[in-house]
Amino acid sequence: MKTGRLVSIAIFILVIAAFLFSWWRSDWSKSGLLVTTGAFLTLFILSFLYKDNPYYKFAEHLFVGVSAAYWMMMSFWNIMVPNLVAKLYPSLVGGALPALADKPPDYLFFIPMVLGIMLLMRLSPKGGWISRWALAFIVGTTAGLNLIRYLRSDFIRQIDNTMIPLVAQTDAGISFWGSFSNIVIFIGVLCGLIYFFFSKEHKGLFGGAARLGIWILMLTFGAGFGYTVMARISLLAGRMSYLFGDWLRLINQ
Amino acid sequence: MNNFCKTRLKFLPILIFLFLAGSLMAQTAEDTAEVLTEADTAEMEPQLPPPAPAKIDSVKDTPNDRGHSIDLWWSLSPDDDGTGNYVTGYEIWRFEKTETGEMDSVRRKSVPYAVGYFTDRGDKDNGQDPLPNGKDYWYRIRTIVSKTVYSDSEKFGPVQAEGQWYHTGKTPLAVAVLLFSTFTVAFIVIAGGSFDFKPFIIVPIISVTFIWIREIVLLLISGSFSFQTFILAVPFSAVGSLGLFIIAGGIGYPIGRYIHKQKGGKVDLYVRPLSGINAVDEAIGRATEMGKPILYVLGLGTAADIATICSFTVLGRVAKKVAEHQSSLIVPCYDPIVMTVAQEVVKNAYAEAGRPDTYDDDMVFFVTQSQFAYVAAVNGMMLRQLPASNFYLGLFYAESLLLAETGSLAGSIQIAGTDQVAQLPFFIVACDYTLIGEELYAASAYLSKEPILLGSLKAEDWGKSIFIFLAIVGVIAATFGWQNFIDWLAIRL
Repeated sequence: MKTGRLVSIAIFILVIAAFLFSWWRSDWSKSGLLVTTGAFLTLFILSFLYKDNPYYKFAEHLFVGVSAAYWMMMSFWNIMVPNLVAKLYPSLVGGALPALADKPPDYLFFIPMVLGIMLLMRLSPKGGWISRWALAFIVGTTAGLNLIRYLRSDFIRQIDNTMIPLVAQTDAGISFWGSFSNIVIFIGVLCGLIYFFFSKEHKGLFGGAARLGIWILMLTFGAGFGYTVMARISLLAGRMSYLFGDWLRLINQ
Repeated sequence: MNNFCKTRLKFLPILIFLFLAGSLMAQTAEDTAEVLTEADTAEMEPQLPPPAPAKIDSVKDTPNDRGHSIDLWWSLSPDDDGTGNYVTGYEIWRFEKTETGEMDSVRRKSVPYAVGYFTDRGDKDNGQDPLPNGKDYWYRIRTIVSKTVYSDSEKFGPVQAEGQWYHTGKTPLAVAVLLFSTFTVAFIVIAGGSFDFKPFIIVPIISVTFIWIREIVLLLISGSFSFQTFILAVPFSAVGSLGLFIIAGGIGYPIGRYIHKQKGGKVDLYVRPLSGINAVDEAIGRATEMGKPILYVLGLGTAADIATICSFTVLGRVAKKVAEHQSSLIVPCYDPIVMTVAQEVVKNAYAEAGRPDTYDDDMVFFVTQSQFAYVAAVNGMMLRQLPASNFYLGLFYAESLLLAETGSLAGSIQIAGTDQVAQLPFFIVACDYTLIGEELYAASAYLSKEPILLGSLKAEDWGKSIFIFLAIVGVIAATFGWQNFIDWLAIRL
């Protein structure tokens, strides 16, 4: 037997032993089993930092499989049952969702049902083209609806929020820092927008404004990066707290 | 030691007794306090005089809605000092005539002191809380001091709820849509694209058919049939289609045709080069030379998100190149519908490249709809299959850095693009090229050179010009205090 294989078996036995030892420390309790499993799966995932290994693969496949099954059931009970079955045949869901069973049926929901069946026609080798109609409907309708949403939030509202006085006034008179802030916002928005002009070459004064725009964007991204990294650190702290507090009980929570 | 323990045990009953006695005394004190409070209240209440009543200023239909809603404003009671010490709130009472002609009243809502408005919202006739349009209602405001001390305002009415056809508050939005669609259609025509008028005839026919089928199904199943809906479906659909025609192409098309003719039919709309897109060919070539696959991640968006739609166009281009170069492509998907569309896109691209036989449905596959499980799976693929090039184009959230960092560790050339501002910093630091926000939208036009996409891009630039103009005018208006202009542009929802 090769040395590598022996080492792998030894590590595997060690992991199993450590798992059992951890569970034994919690008196073979159910909660102890859950905490130990959570901790070991966390360590398996973190082992990715070293390199890809069988333990990471195990955790990854378990995670993907469980989540796929979980989301399938969630979609069935949160979307299919209340939005389709309960709408077309309310009495059928009386056992699971009694609140919906008394409502009158809404036969308009036959349309999404037909679209759903059309989507499933992809599974048919000869009828696959039928699914394109449903896809076209979904993509076209939602893109059309999004046009209004984006025009409102990214266009009109943005103009509205850019309409700020360059000379900010307070009760005490002109606010220097308020005015400075407003001027930075105004110039930042204009130059940022100029950077996103695609049908004109970025040359001369226009190019200068575009360059200033990308600088402003990069500064914004830098600030955003730092802010989000701090949030990620708090996530790491949460996981460490689980490992050292809930599992090893080395820290008091 | 034993003696010490025994001594402590002797003290234990005494301690328990003291504790119980303390608890009982506290309980008695609390009960006494409760009794006193109730007695005090009972004595105090008759002494309070009724407050001065509130005065209803206005009761009218809520504007810009589908009806079933009435707005009320009233002047606060002079005794309402805004502290709640005396006047504690207001009750809104609604009156309506019954079939026998008597007035029936119902308390609609209680609002706290210092509040002088309320919107009475209801449902249609057959809803749970009916407030039908066109029916007469009367309102009265009750100023409350306590349960027994209050005063009523004069009864105000009658007033009716009505629905409106046009939402005046959304006029700026309508103007923006009209401008944008006009620019888009005009530039599409200028760029040499054609404009299909058939949908303006087909769409109303489909909508009328749907409405008629619905009415017939309802008649067969439940016996209910709306003759009005059946008849009005035709003119309403026709008017809707005409409106859509005017908005979409009625203005833009003739302008575009005129300019196109003026320029002799040779118009080449310029799109500035995007380094991230120029690197696409380089990335595919690298994969071909190395004999390694290309990983294309469409993000977590749905098939309806603009970023995902743009990503489909780039995917089509990448897949076509991959087919031509005989490389391999991996497209793990988060959303099942996105997977379906992506399969179609890749299949078409392979057919366009003249290699439909090399297309395999397993190139594009579903992973899971759990964000971090998806990341774990894609990261695993990256480290096992070591793709030469990674594309992350679409809608991304917290997984952006996890993906990009792993791809970087795997030594892949990486091109990313998203319109999620919070995720762009991570792509910028971890990827070789990043398409920032709208550059992703432009990429699809730049790659395809299709008149429709180029025209849309040009229209977007014109939209931005209008934005800049309005922002400058708005800033001048705000600086000089011209509030009317700012109010005019605001959307009132």
